[in-house]
Amino acid sequence: MSIQTELDRLGIDGYLEKYRTKDLLRLLTCGSVDDGKSTLIGRLLHDSAMVYEDQLAAAKKDSKRYGTTGEDVDFALLVDGLEAERQQGITIDVAYRYFTTDKRKFIIADTPGHEQYTRNMATGASNCQLAIILIDARKGVLDQTRRHSFICSLLGIKHVVVAVNKMDLVDYSEEVYDRIREDYQDFASKLQIQDIHFIPMSALKGVNVVERAQAEMPWYGGSALLDYLETVHIASDRNLIDFRFPVQYVLRPNLDFRGYAGTIASGIVHVGDEVVALPSGRQSRVKSIETFAGPIQEAHAPMSVVVTLTDEVDVSRGDVLSTVQNTPRLETRIEAMLVWMSETPMETGKTYVLKHTSNTTSGTVTQVRYRTNVNSMRKEDADRLTLNEIGRVEIEVVRPLAVDAYSKNRGMGAFILVDRLTNATMACGMIVDRSPAERTLARRRASADAGSNVRSGQRGAVTAEQRSERLGQRPFTVWLTGLPRSGKTSTAFELEKALFERGKLAQVLDGEKLRAGISSDLGFSATDRWEHQRRAAEMAKSGNEHGLISIVALVSPIESDRAQAKRIVGEDRFYEVHCDASVESCESRDENDLYGRARRGEIEGLTGVDAPYEPPAAPLVRLDTEKLDATANARQILDALEAKGLI
Amino acid sequence: MIQKHHLSHLEELEHESIQIIREVAAEFRNPVMLFSIGKDSLCMLRLAQKAFHPAPIPFPLLHVNTTWKFREMIEYRDNLAREIGVELREQINEEGRAANINPFDHGSQRYTQVMKTDALKAALTAGGYDAAFGGARRDEEKSRAKERVFSFRDRNHGWDPKNQRPELWNLYNTRVAKNESIRVFPISNWTELDVWLYIHYENIPMVPLYFAKERPIVRRNGALIMVDDDRIPLEPGEKPEMMKVRFRTLGCYPLTGAVESEATNVVEIIEEMLRTRTSERQGRVIDYDEGGSMEEKKREGYF
Repeated sequence: MSIQTELDRLGIDGYLEKYRTKDLLRLLTCGSVDDGKSTLIGRLLHDSAMVYEDQLAAAKKDSKRYGTTGEDVDFALLVDGLEAERQQGITIDVAYRYFTTDKRKFIIADTPGHEQYTRNMATGASNCQLAIILIDARKGVLDQTRRHSFICSLLGIKHVVVAVNKMDLVDYSEEVYDRIREDYQDFASKLQIQDIHFIPMSALKGVNVVERAQAEMPWYGGSALLDYLETVHIASDRNLIDFRFPVQYVLRPNLDFRGYAGTIASGIVHVGDEVVALPSGRQSRVKSIETFAGPIQEAHAPMSVVVTLTDEVDVSRGDVLSTVQNTPRLETRIEAMLVWMSETPMETGKTYVLKHTSNTTSGTVTQVRYRTNVNSMRKEDADRLTLNEIGRVEIEVVRPLAVDAYSKNRGMGAFILVDRLTNATMACGMIVDRSPAERTLARRRASADAGSNVRSGQRGAVTAEQRSERLGQRPFTVWLTGLPRSGKTSTAFELEKALFERGKLAQVLDGEKLRAGISSDLGFSATDRWEHQRRAAEMAKSGNEHGLISIVALVSPIESDRAQAKRIVGEDRFYEVHCDASVESCESRDENDLYGRARRGEIEGLTGVDAPYEPPAAPLVRLDTEKLDATANARQILDALEAKGLI
Repeated sequence: MIQKHHLSHLEELEHESIQIIREVAAEFRNPVMLFSIGKDSLCMLRLAQKAFHPAPIPFPLLHVNTTWKFREMIEYRDNLAREIGVELREQINEEGRAANINPFDHGSQRYTQVMKTDALKAALTAGGYDAAFGGARRDEEKSRAKERVFSFRDRNHGWDPKNQRPELWNLYNTRVAKNESIRVFPISNWTELDVWLYIHYENIPMVPLYFAKERPIVRRNGALIMVDDDRIPLEPGEKPEMMKVRFRTLGCYPLTGAVESEATNVVEIIEEMLRTRTSERQGRVIDYDEGGSMEEKKREGYF
């Protein structure tokens, strides 16, 4: 609806009242130069009637000079800013745009898509709730699409709209759209994005941007982009559970008043609430919450207020007030993901200024745990980070910081690193909880047999034997090991089918499937592989305990690690099967170019290429998967199981 | 619609701006708030009051007086500072005044350079300020769309678009070396409409020039210029005529075009604005010379 019609309908007073209650959505647009991003934004601004007549006139004038659209207005010129970029026809920084509709107000952080501008995207994403990721329908999911999505996920963006743009150039084909959607979903399952929404569109033609495309894409039943942006639910994105109030400034207008000014990072606070000041640990109660308009009874994130306390506790800038029941962790050693933003590479052992909430201290990067390849999202070994690189590090700080994990609490989990001499901002960081893999590793080091020593005293009334009796089968685990593409998965499914035909129920635990789900937080470091395998073993065991036959298809290259899996599952029901094929033959049937990428050095640690494979010494069966097909292989396993009297 | 424990967009902007203003007071040795008497300045000043209430604003205001401001502006300024109880400092380029630098004889560019840009730089250097608040908004003009909230300036107060610090979350890098400074724009994310609505909801008194009234006007290069005093040389045959006009921005009267209007209060202004849709800097003669001229001025140290 245009502003004019709305004004006529509501009258100015009604309009102002309505405007007053609009909420705000901050969104990020990511795409490369040619994806039509500026065109999309220009179109949103124009079609929602937020472009002034003189700006449009200027854009029309400019279209003739720099434009790429012939006689039509080049909407991109409405949004491209600095002169130099305008002449080059590219956007090189984060630019902010504003528009409003009758439902909501929007701030767009417009970021470029070039490889070297990871830092700009992180900057733009840091304050956004939603991201629009543009894909050129002709090109599909590219490395940069993965990169953008990964950064969005890293910076904690909860809503992603995948805008499949330039649909006009692929004849508005549903097939093209569906394929892109599947491709995207495939890799996005590894990310931490809660809500992914797909919209096919043509920004240039204005199709599915503001108006729904009935004529062009009758097969699309969803809403147009603007409609979606207006209605996406964002109210519950903010953490309103854990009260955290970093003290920013202490107000002492006279001897009788001592107020703590700050912006509530998360949660809600009421007058009378018990609070604890960190790091001192002193407790008090909220005496009053002051604002310019007068005292209030409660306040919530992200309000900027002044809090007074009933006791004379010594609180100063950089301290955090928190609920007593649930406090942030106090840490001098933090684990964090870093985005390196400076031309000067990171140095381990060097001390940087670290700014976290209203607290400024010194932090030293003591260790780089890994670097994440932003295109493949794989973890790589690294001992430093350079411009636009992202990695996991350990940082030691001089005084204890009150922190929460960034994923749970943006305000309490974010920090920046500043160079002590040049004062340049070097990096941004997101604090992470120590990952399960690391905790397990620590446990593994401490105990000879990870996890399995712990036994709960409580047992269910139904026993494993009863379950197995009910199903009429003996549960066991078949563990298929072998090089990537050696035929493990196909054999596993054939085996399941054959068992099923004999009335036996089995579950297939496929390594790649698990990686998309239960192990989506894991990479390919030795630790992560080990953890991945441990999880598979635990699931196999759980299946067996419920009477199911488990068929695991996992590379599992290390003999001692398989022995560990055997211990978890139980030695008496664990049967190893070796899918034996040469590297050459595996490579020849590699449709996904996994080996190729490893050979080109794009991925590291691929078993068979630059990581070892230790064949099992005494498997139940050794399958020659180079010669035989999956059905024949399954047959062999079945025979061996029969011989053992298992089925 | 706003749900419980969720802020409206204007509230969210207000709390964000307050956080920025407090951060400057906490982190800088000697901050100052540039005060132009315009609506954006007034909005920013109210936010500063809110940021420190019940304590007074802990930094002074600085007004760069080009000596060609509307008379009503100066009157209004002095009353306001007295009422709020904030210290007001004024800067005039006395050399320029002695040389009678004016927009008529020296052209808008040179005049602005001497009486505004140079005066501002001189004031900032003389005052030794390490941070200066400005009321600029990103929606004003294309080159401002990518301005940081904390905008780093070198020793010569220059702005290098390639050398700005990445700005994440609300974690501002406030560190500067000796003689370097930061310009801070607390209402970066506000739009013109937001500012007007805030003025309306907060009931902030405005300079009467913003409201339509019969005023003596001459037409020059398509702009409506108000004859505010007798220093404006009239062209042969030029005769001021009374027109009902108001100003969308306030600057130096010979460089600020008026718009014909019937709006005599804030609500009427908002309605008129919503219905006419021309961007506000259009009234300022200074932007007309070249497409990216604002950016060039910023590089030289103009806001």
